[in-house]
Amino acid sequence: MIRHQLPAIIIVAPFIMAILTNLIGLWSRSACYYAALFTAGVSLFSSIGILDTVISTGKISYRLGGWEPPWGIEYLVDHLNAYMLVIVTLIAFLSILYSYRFAEKDMPARIPQFYSLMLLLLTGLIGMTITGDAFNLYVLIEITSIACYALIAKGDDKSPLASFNYLIIGTAGACLYLIGVGYLYILTGSLNMADLTNLLPKVYHTKALLAAFFFFIVGIAIKMAFFPLHGWLPNAYNHSPDSVSAFMAGTVTKVCAYVLIRVMFTIFQPQYSLSIVPILPLLGWLSVGAMLYGCILALAQRELKNIFSYLIIAEVGYIVVGISTATKIGFTGSVLHILNDAIMMACLFFTAGAIAYKTGAKTIDDVKGIHKKMPLTTAGFTVGAVSVVGVPPTCGFFSKWYLLLGTIHSGEYHYTAGLLLSSLLCAIVLYRVLQSMYSQNNEISTKNDEAPATMLFPIYVTVFAILIIGFISGNIISTVIDKTIPIGFR
Amino acid sequence: MEYIIAKYNYWMYVILMMVGFYAMIVKKNLVKKLLGLNIFQWAIIFFYISTAVKSGGATVPILHSALDTANINLYLNPLPHVLMLTAIVVGVSTTGVALALVILIYRKFQTLDEDEILDKLRELSGK
Repeated sequence: MIRHQLPAIIIVAPFIMAILTNLIGLWSRSACYYAALFTAGVSLFSSIGILDTVISTGKISYRLGGWEPPWGIEYLVDHLNAYMLVIVTLIAFLSILYSYRFAEKDMPARIPQFYSLMLLLLTGLIGMTITGDAFNLYVLIEITSIACYALIAKGDDKSPLASFNYLIIGTAGACLYLIGVGYLYILTGSLNMADLTNLLPKVYHTKALLAAFFFFIVGIAIKMAFFPLHGWLPNAYNHSPDSVSAFMAGTVTKVCAYVLIRVMFTIFQPQYSLSIVPILPLLGWLSVGAMLYGCILALAQRELKNIFSYLIIAEVGYIVVGISTATKIGFTGSVLHILNDAIMMACLFFTAGAIAYKTGAKTIDDVKGIHKKMPLTTAGFTVGAVSVVGVPPTCGFFSKWYLLLGTIHSGEYHYTAGLLLSSLLCAIVLYRVLQSMYSQNNEISTKNDEAPATMLFPIYVTVFAILIIGFISGNIISTVIDKTIPIGFR
Repeated sequence: MEYIIAKYNYWMYVILMMVGFYAMIVKKNLVKKLLGLNIFQWAIIFFYISTAVKSGGATVPILHSALDTANINLYLNPLPHVLMLTAIVVGVSTTGVALALVILIYRKFQTLDEDEILDKLRELSGK
C-alpha cells in the first residue's frame, strides 16, 4: 500500500521537515541535524523503492489529489526519473551527514535555518526530477534556486556578491523557461508533459514553437552552467560554505541536464530536436568549447574549489556532447556520466572541505604535504581525481569510454578530439593538485590528524561508489539506461 | 502598422522585457539591477495575463444567476491568472532573498556600486 504513495512521500517528507526544523530548533539545535538526516534517509529509501518498482513494473503515474491529467498535476516516473532520484537523494543524504561539524563551526546560531534550507533544496531537486508538468517544473526550479542563493550567501566574505550575481542570471534563465512554457500553453492549451508530447506534432512547423524551443534551451543552459552561459558558477561554488558546495556541485547542474533531456526528447519528440530543428551540431560545438574552456581555466586557478568548479563546466560539456551525437551509445554515456559526475564531484568537494576544516588550507600551495597529516582523506581524493581523469577501473573511465565510442560512431571526429584533449588537460590539472598533496613539506606537522568520522564516512561512500559503479556499469546500462534512450537515436 | 496594433500586447511585453534586460546588464547599482530583474519578470506576467483576455464583455468566471453558465464566451480563461499568482509568489520571494543579499553586501562593503565593490575586493585579495 505504502509503495503506491512513494512518489508523494519522497517529496512531501523533506518539504514538511523543512518547515518543522525551525520549530525543532527552538527545543534542541542538534536535534535538527538528526531530523534532517532522517528525512533525507526516508527520501533515499523511497527513491530506491521507486526505482525498484519502475524496473519491475514500468512507468508510475501518480496523480496529486486524485485529479486526472492533463487537468491535475501528474508525477510521471520512468526509468530516467527514478535513476535521477536515487542520485539526488544519495548525494543529499551524504551531504547532510557530512555537514554536521561545519554547521557547528560556521553557524552555531543558525543550525535550524541551515537545515531548513538544505531540505528545501532537496525538495526542489526531487520535485524537478519527478514532476510531469511543465509549469510545476518552473516553480520547482525556482525553489531549488532560491534555496541555493540563500545557502551560498552563508559562505566567506565574497559569497553575498557571488550569490547576487547568480540570482540575477539564474532568475533571468528561469524567466526564459517560463516564456517557453507560455508559448506552449498558447499553442496547445496544455501544461502536462505527456499531453504536450501528443499535441505538439500538429504545430511543429510554426515559428512560435521554434521560439519556445530556443527559450527552453537557453533558459536551461543558464541553469546548468553550459558554456558560454556558465559565468555564475565558479564564484558561486567557490565562495559557498564547504558543507553545501558538495551538495550543489553534485546535484544542481546534473538535474538541470536531466531537465534538458526531458524538454528535448519528451516535451518535444526526438524527431523535432533531431531533424526539424538542427540544434544538435550547435550544442555539440558548444560542449567542445565547454570541455576545453573548463579544463584550461581550471589550469589557471590556485584555489581547490575554484579548480573543481571549472571542472564542473567541463563535465557539463561531457554530458551534452553525448546527447548531441544522437547515437544510442553516446546517449548511454551521457546518462551514465550524470551519475558518475555527481559522485565524483561530491567526492572532490567533500575532500576539499575536510582538508579546509582541519587545516584551513584552500589553495594548491597550502595542501603541500597533506598526505602525512590526513592519509585517508588524501587517498579518497586520489580515487576521485583519478576517476575524473578517466582511468580504469574507476567509473569515470566507463562513461568517457561510451562517450568516445558515441562520437566515433556518429562520425563527428572533432568531438572525439575535444574529448581526448580535454581528458588530457584534466589529467594535468589534477596531477598538479596530487603532486602538491604528496610532496614533502617540512613545515607541516607529520602527526596524523584525520578528518572526523562524519566527514570520512561520506568520502568513503563516494570512493566505494566510484569503484563499484565501474564494475557494475554493464548492469546499470542494461536494466536502466537502455530504457531511457529516445526513439530515433542511431 | 496594423500588424503591430493587432498584437500590441505582445509588443508591449517585448519592450518591457528589453527595458528590464537593459537595466540588468548596463546598470552598475545592484538595486537598479534588481529592479531591472523585477521589470523582466513582470513583463512575462503581463504577457501571460494578456493571453487570457477576450473581447466582448467577458468577465472572471464567477457562477452568477444573471450569467449564462453554458456560454464560454462570457468567461476569461482563469488558468493563466492562476499560474501567474504562483509566478508572483516566486517573484516576491526571489526579490526578498535578493534584498537580503543586498543588505549583506552593503554591510560588508559600504557601497552598492558594482565597480567600487570590485575595487574593494581587489584590495582585499591584494593584501
